[in-house]
Amino acid sequence: MLSPEEQREIEAEFPHYPTKQALTIDAMKIVQKHRGWVSDEALDDIGGLLGVSRSDLDSVATFYNLIFRRPVGKHVIFVCDSVSCWIMGCSLLRDHLSKRLGARFGETTADGRFTLLPIVCLGACDRAPAMMIDDDLHVDVEPAKTDDILDRYR
Amino acid sequence: METPLTKNIRPGEEPLDLPAYERAGGYQALRKALHSMTPQQIIEEVKTAGLRGRGGAGFPTGLKWSFIPAGNDAPHPKYLVVNGDEMEPGTFKDRLLLEGDPHQLIEGTIIAAYATGTDIAYVFLRGEYKIAAQRISKAIGDAYNAGYLGRNVLGSPYSLEMYLHVSAGRYMCGEETGMLNALEGKRANPRSKPPFPPAAGLWGKPTTVNNVETLCNVPHIIGNGASWFRKLSRTKDGGTKLYGVSGKVKRPGLWELPMGTTVREILEDHAGGMRDGLAFRGLLPGGASTDFLTEQHLDVPMDFTEVQKAGSRMGTGTMIVLDSRTCPVGMLLNLEHFFAQESCGWCTPCWSGLGWVERILNAMEEGHGQPGDIDRLAFHTKFLAPGHTFCALAPGAAEPLQSALRYFREDFERHISEKGCPWK
Repeated sequence: MLSPEEQREIEAEFPHYPTKQALTIDAMKIVQKHRGWVSDEALDDIGGLLGVSRSDLDSVATFYNLIFRRPVGKHVIFVCDSVSCWIMGCSLLRDHLSKRLGARFGETTADGRFTLLPIVCLGACDRAPAMMIDDDLHVDVEPAKTDDILDRYR
Repeated sequence: METPLTKNIRPGEEPLDLPAYERAGGYQALRKALHSMTPQQIIEEVKTAGLRGRGGAGFPTGLKWSFIPAGNDAPHPKYLVVNGDEMEPGTFKDRLLLEGDPHQLIEGTIIAAYATGTDIAYVFLRGEYKIAAQRISKAIGDAYNAGYLGRNVLGSPYSLEMYLHVSAGRYMCGEETGMLNALEGKRANPRSKPPFPPAAGLWGKPTTVNNVETLCNVPHIIGNGASWFRKLSRTKDGGTKLYGVSGKVKRPGLWELPMGTTVREILEDHAGGMRDGLAFRGLLPGGASTDFLTEQHLDVPMDFTEVQKAGSRMGTGTMIVLDSRTCPVGMLLNLEHFFAQESCGWCTPCWSGLGWVERILNAMEEGHGQPGDIDRLAFHTKFLAPGHTFCALAPGAAEPLQSALRYFREDFERHISEKGCPWK
């Protein structure tokens, strides 16, 4: 079941688009904002509200980088692995974070605190390497600086 | 030197709010457009100004607008989509405009919408641009409250609705027909063209798609005139341009400069040249999907025409620099991994070809390169070329590869003969 709040937020977007199908991505993002991820049941509920089939919804969900179809940790770390960050040493940053957190990319730490994910170019190429944690962009990230940054995300 | 696009922007500070933007002369161009110009006159002014699309392709903006059906028989609603998906690797220019002066974008969008008879405008923003989303959202709300949006804009007969759509992230959304599918709530696969969006775009209706930087130029063209705009440039392509440099230079950054500033000036005067101990080997002039330029091209003016003559494209105008201690094959592997991953899977040369390209490059890096691999890579660039695919993703992926094979061939050969990466 969608919560009344989720349903209200989704329906508030209806007047902006001529079809309900247009809301598939917004609806999944709204559900994810409240629950952290989008479950099979949530897809069914969204499908019921928007009149879109489960398979169509899942094809959309799996297409977009920022929709999670599995539970994630309390905080999600996105490390840019595109070309400018690669030149500036993001591989070292990735290795450092993986080792420090004891999780590989695509995994969540044992304590459920962090999920590590790669992300494409974050548009901060002059301040590479860059990463995002939740909604925050971090730039000029050297491996040695990451402990201080991670401490801010309890 | 005038810098109209960035004159209000102070990086690290909040953007001008609506009253401050108005005090700085904001929304005067919109008043002029609505109260004293016809849509046709605006289109002509933008054509005369020589404004070319800043998303990468450089299509003349006024000409694009003129393709939108006009008159009483035109289908409605007509749509305009602001392409703020900035996901081209190495590109970080639109973020500055989105975060730094949201009302400039909104004013430009309203003028463009009036010129094309648009009923509904969507700002399509990539999901990772969180600060931009907050600021654009607030600015749209303030513009509604001030009567710049909604029914009867500034008391004129013209009405416009504007909504922000925050994407869930995928490179394909930046392709204009992929973006339309994303707005319709679908996978961002490209559409078969023709029909082009001006004829049949969002929900089959006439649709204009313009890049953020393109639209930010529009208030200045209308406010100051086409001849003023042409004089900002050193070449035939009008205006200023946001140029960026990333990689191992002394001062990576972003600068608004006259269109046609040379590669050398941007690289040496603004970015400070290479870091000590490193030599310049080449650069991608405008994002990941452009051909390399090398030492011989340093005096090429950065505009759409001249960079094309040098065998590449200006693209987004944000350069990625390859230095003497970075492996060109490793760089290509990174780029082709990106393109293979971001392929939507819609057409075979792209989803299959790019996968093979990535595997061959990976094998070279791992020391399993085979004699003949360079020819195999060259063969793939032919099949990824324009004409074989629905959209520009695969041709874009071929550009850095085909030029790297030309300029850095000995590096590829060494990976095979030395059975591994000489930089590791």
